[in-house]
Amino acid sequence: MSDQEYIPKSKFGKWFNDRLPLLTLASHLTDYPTPKNLNYWWTFGGILTFCLITQIVTGLTLAMHYIAHADMAFESVEHIMRDVNYGWLIRYIHANGASMFFLAVYIHIFRSLFYGSYKSPREIIWIIGIIIYLLMMAAAFMGYVLPWGQMSFWGATVITNLFSAIPLVGEGIVTWLWGGYSVDNPTLTRFFTLHYLIPFLILGLVVLHIWALHVPGNNNPIGIDVKKPSKDTVPFHPYIVIKDGFALLMFMIVFAFFVFYAPNILGHADNYIEADPLVTPAHIVPEWYLLPFYAILRSVPDKLLGVVAMLSAILILAALPWLDTSKIRSAVFRPLYKQFYWILVADVLILGYVGAMPAEGLYLLIARVATAYYFLHFLLILPILGLKEKTLPVPLSITEPILGGSPNLATAKNKEKLNN
Amino acid sequence: MKNFFKILLLTHFLFVVSLSSNAAEKVEYLKTDWTFKGLFGKFDRGSLQRGYQVYTEVCAACHSMKYVSYRNLAEKGGPEFSVEQAKAIAASFEVKDGPNADGEMFTRPGKLSDKFVMPYENVKAAQAANGGAYPPDMSVLVKARGGGANYIYSLLQGYEDPPIGITLDEGVHYNKYMYGNKIKMANPLSDGLIEYADGTTASVEQMSKDVTTFLTWAAEPHLEARHRMGFKAVVYLIILTILVYFSMKRIWSRIETEV
Repeated sequence: MSDQEYIPKSKFGKWFNDRLPLLTLASHLTDYPTPKNLNYWWTFGGILTFCLITQIVTGLTLAMHYIAHADMAFESVEHIMRDVNYGWLIRYIHANGASMFFLAVYIHIFRSLFYGSYKSPREIIWIIGIIIYLLMMAAAFMGYVLPWGQMSFWGATVITNLFSAIPLVGEGIVTWLWGGYSVDNPTLTRFFTLHYLIPFLILGLVVLHIWALHVPGNNNPIGIDVKKPSKDTVPFHPYIVIKDGFALLMFMIVFAFFVFYAPNILGHADNYIEADPLVTPAHIVPEWYLLPFYAILRSVPDKLLGVVAMLSAILILAALPWLDTSKIRSAVFRPLYKQFYWILVADVLILGYVGAMPAEGLYLLIARVATAYYFLHFLLILPILGLKEKTLPVPLSITEPILGGSPNLATAKNKEKLNN
Repeated sequence: MKNFFKILLLTHFLFVVSLSSNAAEKVEYLKTDWTFKGLFGKFDRGSLQRGYQVYTEVCAACHSMKYVSYRNLAEKGGPEFSVEQAKAIAASFEVKDGPNADGEMFTRPGKLSDKFVMPYENVKAAQAANGGAYPPDMSVLVKARGGGANYIYSLLQGYEDPPIGITLDEGVHYNKYMYGNKIKMANPLSDGLIEYADGTTASVEQMSKDVTTFLTWAAEPHLEARHRMGFKAVVYLIILTILVYFSMKRIWSRIETEV
C-alpha cells in the first residue's frame, strides 16, 4: 500500500520477506501516513484494541477456573473471587472491562458521526464497525449470563423470549435457543461456548476494519481528503503511537478507578443472588450499555414491532453513509448538522436514562418521543439536511488554511474578502 | 485538548448521575463511619472479630455462609484470628464427612479447610423451619443488596411497630428499611443480647455495625488487598502518564503542530 517498496537490510530479512512479507507489513504500519491534525477523539481506536485484548486475556484466565454448569457456575465465580490467586482482580477487570469497552466504542461511534468518518470512501470500514458492535453486544449479553445470578438468568429469559415475537416459528426458535423449555443448563453451556467464540470473530473483524482503514487512510477533524504522504501527514510511529499511548494511559486511570474502588457500581446487586427460576426480580434491567435499545424495545406497545424497532435502531446505522446526503464530512463545517448531532447525543442519553426506569407513565412517554426522534434523525433530518444545509467553506489542506475545498467556493471567497 | 476533558468529564458526570438515580431508593438508609470505605479503607479487626461473634451466636442459627471457610478467619485482611483460634473455632463444629472405608457417613470435628457448617441440610429444610421463608445465605449478602452495608446496618435497626392501617400476617414483622416493609425475620437483636469477648457494650447499634462489617468482609475478603493495589496502580499510572505526556510533547515539537 505504501508507495515505495520496502527492502530489508539484512540478507536473512530479505530472504524471509520475499517468502512472507511480514517486514513489509511492519514497515507499512510504522510509516502509515496519518493526518497530523487528529484530535484525542481519534485515540479511541487504539483504546478499543487494548480493551479487546484485555478482555481476551482476562477471559481466557477466567475460563480456566469457571465451571459452565447451572449448579456450579455461581459457586465457581465465588471460588474465583475468593480462592484463586488474584482471581478477584482478573474478574473485576473482565467485568468492568466490558463497560469500559462499551464506553470507548460509544465515543468511537459518536466521533465517527461528528466528523462524518462513515462517508465515502469509508463505508466498508463503517459497516464492519457496526458488525463488530453487534457482536460486542452479543458477547456482553452472553457474558453477563455466565455468573448465573438472578439478573443473568432473568436477563437471558427476557432477551431470548424476544425471538418468540417472530410469527409462526418464534416459539420453536426460542426452544431451539434454550436447548429446552426454559433457560437452563443447556442454555448456559451454549452461551459459554459462544461467549468464548465471539471475541475471536471480533478480533478477525478488527483486522479487516484496520485493513479497510489503511486503504483510504484516516479521516480527520476537518474532514478533507489528505494527500499521503505530505506536509499534512505524520508517520504513525512515533507520532500517533505516543499520542494513542498517552490517551490510553488516561483511559486506564479511569478503568483502574472502577476496578479497584468501585468494582460493582456498574453491575446490578441482584446478580450476586444465585439464579432462581421461581423468583422473579422486581425490575429486570440490562447492563447500562444496552439501556437505550431496551428503552426503544419497551416504547413500542407491540412485542414484534418492538423487537423490529430495536433491531432497526442498530441496523439503520449501517445505512448511514447513504442516508446522510451531505458531501461535507466534518460537522465543523456544517453548522446545522452540528446542532442536530448534539440533539441526537442528548436523545440517546435520555433513552439510556428511561431505559433504566420502569416503563410507565411519564417515563414511557419520554421513551416514545425519544424513540421517534431517534428514527426521525436518521430517516428524515439527515437526508434533507444534506441537501438544504448551507455549509461553511472548507480548507484545501490541513497545513495551509486556504479556502476553496467546498462546493460553495464563491461564498467562501466573498467571506474572505469581507474579512480583509 | 481542554474541550476533550470537559466533554469527558461531562459524560462521566451524566453517567454517574444516571447510575445513582437508578439506584436511588425511597428510604434513606442509616449511615455510620465505615472504616473500609475510601481509598485506603481497611477493616476494623476488633469489629470483624466481634462481628463474627454476632454472626455465630445470632445469625448462624438460620443463615448459612457456604462460601466462607474457617481458614479465612485467620487470613490476612480478615478478622485475623490466630491460626490456633481459627482451629478451635472450626473444631467446635461437627462436620458430616464420608463415606468412610465401610461406606458409612460419619461426623468429625471441623478443620480449617472446611466451609462454614450450614444450619440446615438444604433450602427446603431451611424454609420448613422458617415459615416458608428461606433465610438467605450470607456469604455475598452485602453485595447482593442495593444499599450494600448501609442497607444491612439499617435493616437490623429498622424494626418498628407497624403504622396504623397496616395489618401484618402471623409471623410477619414490620421493618422500615425492608423492601415492601414486610419481613419474615423477627427482630434478631436486642441490647445486651450477647456478651462480647472484648468487653464492648453490646448495644443493637454496636452489634449491627460489627456484624455488617463482618458480612462486608465475607462478601469481599480481598477488599484490603484491592485498595492497597489500587493505590499503587493509580499512582504508577499517573506518573507514567506524566512521563509519556512530556515525551509526546517532545516528539511532536519536531513538527509545528499543537498536540
